[in-house]
Amino acid sequence: MSLAGLARDAGDAGDYFIPYPDQVLENVLENVLVFLKSRRDRNAVSLVCKSWYRAEAYTRSEVFIGNCYAVAPRRVTKRFARVRSVTVKGKPRFADFSLLPQDWGAHFTPWVAVMATAYRALEKIHLKRMSVTDDDLAVVAHSFPNFKELVLVCCEGFGTGGLAVVVSECRHLRVLELIEDEVFDDEVDWISCFPSDGPSNLESLSFDCVESPINFESLEKLVARSPLLKKLRLNRHVSVQLLYRLLIRAPQLTHLGTGSFSPLEESNNENTRETDYVSAFAACRSIVGLSGFREIAPEYLPAIIPVCANLTSLNLSYANIDAEQLKPVIRHCHKLQVFWVLDSICDEGLQAVAATCKDLRELRVFPIDGAENAEGPVSEVGLLAISLGCRKLQSILYFCQQMTNAAVVAMSKNCPDLVVFRLCIIGRYRPDHVTGEPMDEGFGAIVKNCKKLTRLAVSGLLTDMAFSYIGQYGKLVRTLSVAFAGDSDIGLKYVLEGCTNLQKLEIRDSPFGDSALRSGLHHFSNMRFVWMSSCQVTQEGCLDVARQLPRLVVEVFRRDEEEGGQRGDFVDTLYMYRSLDGPRADAPLFVKIL
Amino acid sequence: MMHLKETELCLGLPGGGDAAAADSNSKVTGKRGYSQTVDLMLNLQTKDDSSKLQNISSKDSIIKPPPAKAQVVGWPPVRNYRKNVIKAQKNNNNEVVEISGGGAAFVKVSMDGAPYLRKVDLKLYESYQQLSDALGNMFSSFTMGDYGSQGGGGMIDFMNESKLMDLLNTSEYVPSYQDKDGDWMLVGDVPWQMFVDSCKRLRIMKGSDAIGLAPRAVEKCKNRC
Repeated sequence: MSLAGLARDAGDAGDYFIPYPDQVLENVLENVLVFLKSRRDRNAVSLVCKSWYRAEAYTRSEVFIGNCYAVAPRRVTKRFARVRSVTVKGKPRFADFSLLPQDWGAHFTPWVAVMATAYRALEKIHLKRMSVTDDDLAVVAHSFPNFKELVLVCCEGFGTGGLAVVVSECRHLRVLELIEDEVFDDEVDWISCFPSDGPSNLESLSFDCVESPINFESLEKLVARSPLLKKLRLNRHVSVQLLYRLLIRAPQLTHLGTGSFSPLEESNNENTRETDYVSAFAACRSIVGLSGFREIAPEYLPAIIPVCANLTSLNLSYANIDAEQLKPVIRHCHKLQVFWVLDSICDEGLQAVAATCKDLRELRVFPIDGAENAEGPVSEVGLLAISLGCRKLQSILYFCQQMTNAAVVAMSKNCPDLVVFRLCIIGRYRPDHVTGEPMDEGFGAIVKNCKKLTRLAVSGLLTDMAFSYIGQYGKLVRTLSVAFAGDSDIGLKYVLEGCTNLQKLEIRDSPFGDSALRSGLHHFSNMRFVWMSSCQVTQEGCLDVARQLPRLVVEVFRRDEEEGGQRGDFVDTLYMYRSLDGPRADAPLFVKIL
Repeated sequence: MMHLKETELCLGLPGGGDAAAADSNSKVTGKRGYSQTVDLMLNLQTKDDSSKLQNISSKDSIIKPPPAKAQVVGWPPVRNYRKNVIKAQKNNNNEVVEISGGGAAFVKVSMDGAPYLRKVDLKLYESYQQLSDALGNMFSSFTMGDYGSQGGGGMIDFMNESKLMDLLNTSEYVPSYQDKDGDWMLVGDVPWQMFVDSCKRLRIMKGSDAIGLAPRAVEKCKNRC
């Protein structure tokens, strides 16, 4: 319809004529939407109508891709044109435990290739469990003149050579965080590659996972010319003496990852050295987060006491210390909210935590020894103590050898704010060690009483009853991890039929088969992924799902990369996920896509 | 311990056998319904193992904990990164402090003709034999034939040049490595620990292609002796 036509009609109806009404609305919308950050809200906005869809796409500056194979890079860049920050997640989580074959995929290369031309103003890249090569890093360094932040979590495939290119060419780099990556030692002195002219913009530098030695002189100079540096996480090649030299240059730090926290060589003046560390830490008035402590010499731990009163986050999960070594430090940590630790501190250490850390929100207790022994250093005693002392607890990951239903039930009642509950009883199929009963009632209480629960990991001896509880009460659960549990297909059916918000399901070594799989057909398209390994699904069962849900990519493979994906009568590993762009083109030979 | 975890062979056990619910006092009904997969070391494929398997799968004898070498891959669910760090620290505590010790020593492994690159952590192995077993599992068509079976735990006799040439001519594939100086050498020319410290990359190549490396290996051996 012509403009004149529009005007005439409007005039006839006694109405005002607004030129390009859609355009005005879109302008207003764009100005409002700029303030909308939450991607859930944005997704909702984009569904209102075409005009809102366009406005939202135009104003979305942060894109989050939860599964790199759910959508092709080009589709993303076509829809969202003005993106400044991209987050991409690749491999399924069980890859961390050697359950995913090498070379399975999750390559960053196709993404960076497309973004290099489409997103010239890109500032931030955040990747998790992706395969990143040195070439990819070079493309990043060369393509984005405003590049500011690179965060790589659990990635692999690159080396210190790639890092060198990034730090030397990205002159606006503010954040470089390498977290639990596998970094090749190409014997390149990447720390020396930061531009040395003038002050640097660096705000956060984390390289604790880089195993290669570091040029300390260059690092010291870098820290000295980085007035904005707030977060610094060193690798284990920085001894406690060298750490001291850095601390006195960067008293403005808020988050520190110590290196090895042990002396490089024996020293005659041990006492004076110790006093120096104490005052170095005392000078860092702003530190709120501490981590590192690799290869700790426990006698140096009290040096951190001056900063304990302000600490909100403390990660001692690489420090093999006992309760007596922990107590003098933890009793000062009244403000602690996040605490990661090794089970070497025993139940007694956890009791000390419970006595002081009343504000604790997140606790992770990791095992020093993964063997399935009968005894372990932490048990239901520690869990109970924590539940009584830390009422505000929201997230817990707890490894132990044995547990009781009573303690888990108590936690469900004492800590109603729990959002994440991950209990790993290392002894597989282990029942309540006091009553001999399965752990059904404990986990049942968790889903029933913790009304905000969104993430759950179960362990120990569990019957289908446990799953019936989860299906019945776990209405908000989005992520569920199951291992060595359940009796029959009914268990999984309870979950698939009951957990209406389930997004991510990972199951290993449990007796769930095709019939259970079929009961989830109504829901799989709403999920990010389903992983089932060493279960009882057959090729036919998986084919059935693939046929009925054409938008689902159904991958079948064997962990040892033998072709075909079968182990005896059953499929070894099933990994399925929704995708807008069909099966991926880069699947290796041993992956069968049905 | 945690040897060879990247290369563990996986066997699905028949029936509902389980060795882990070892408590004789437990009131387990035995209605577990599924057998877990148990991984055994590659080099234990002997008659002893099949009898061990029998023990595991028979429900009556599930009183004691699983045999030490039977491990479940990826259990407990602790990230490999964390496992490596803790393990390295344990090693450091047991030995005299070594500044460069600990951590993992990942090197890229390629095989001529294979479409993929792999990585191995050399610190997981204690001898050439273990490494060769692991490589054999990773690249299943890779057979070292006579190369790996020479005496001395996998070390080749490099002193005898003609013997070496014969060996390279008959072997299907041989492993070679790139050392700190960037030179490509035949695997097995130095003691194991020295190899771990100097190996930067591994390449499995056809025996006939590796003939060119032989003179260097012999030379190096002569210089050392």
